[in-house]
Amino acid sequence: MILAIIGFLSGIISGMGIGGGTILIPSLVIFKNIQQQQAQGVNLIVFLPVAIIALITHYKKGNIDFSFAKLIILAGLVGAILGSILAIKIDPVKLRKYFGIFLLLIGTYELFAKKK
Amino acid sequence: MDKNKLKLISIGLVTGLINGLFGSGGGTIVVPALVFLLGIDDYKAHATAISIILPLSIVSTIIYFTNSSIPFKVVLPVTIGGVVGSYIGAKTLNKIPINVLRKIFGGVIIYTAIRMIWK
Repeated sequence: MILAIIGFLSGIISGMGIGGGTILIPSLVIFKNIQQQQAQGVNLIVFLPVAIIALITHYKKGNIDFSFAKLIILAGLVGAILGSILAIKIDPVKLRKYFGIFLLLIGTYELFAKKK
Repeated sequence: MDKNKLKLISIGLVTGLINGLFGSGGGTIVVPALVFLLGIDDYKAHATAISIILPLSIVSTIIYFTNSSIPFKVVLPVTIGGVVGSYIGAKTLNKIPINVLRKIFGGVIIYTAIRMIWK
């Protein structure tokens, strides 16, 4: 039940476009003692169905600009392979701390960034 | 290679690296990058970001999966809660002041970050 509630709350945040993973991953690690890599794996796979539905909706409305996205995706795939291999090789406690530092940067950005 | 292509490649590399390394955060990187570095307007940036993050996340998911880093007992309940939650989130999006929400969110994230670093 706790898992469904964690999913629900991070789903609300991500539906608002703020980034559900920043809630989901720490919740799994802190409340359910799930290993950092596994919490990240859960976030990756949970994102897929929601993203596919969102993508179809946006595509039909013509909101997606593939002209420049293609090159970003190509380079992104290389980055994704490197990043994922790195993630599964790092010690879980170290990865958790690096993740914490990354969160700290995101939180600071959200607090101080001026939105248009 | 012209400057614009170099920008696109750098944005892609960094987004993929972060999204793979932390299993999240791709959107956090790529949306501001599209808006501030390429001058794309906010709404289109959000939509296009999904088309970028989705293939990257699929590749990362496969790599995590082959390393048995995806516990399916956890995935199912989280997904059910997540789908319901994101539907509600998207519906209420226009009814609340998003800027106030972002500040609250920023505070929560900083607190969480400290707990993750010193757990």
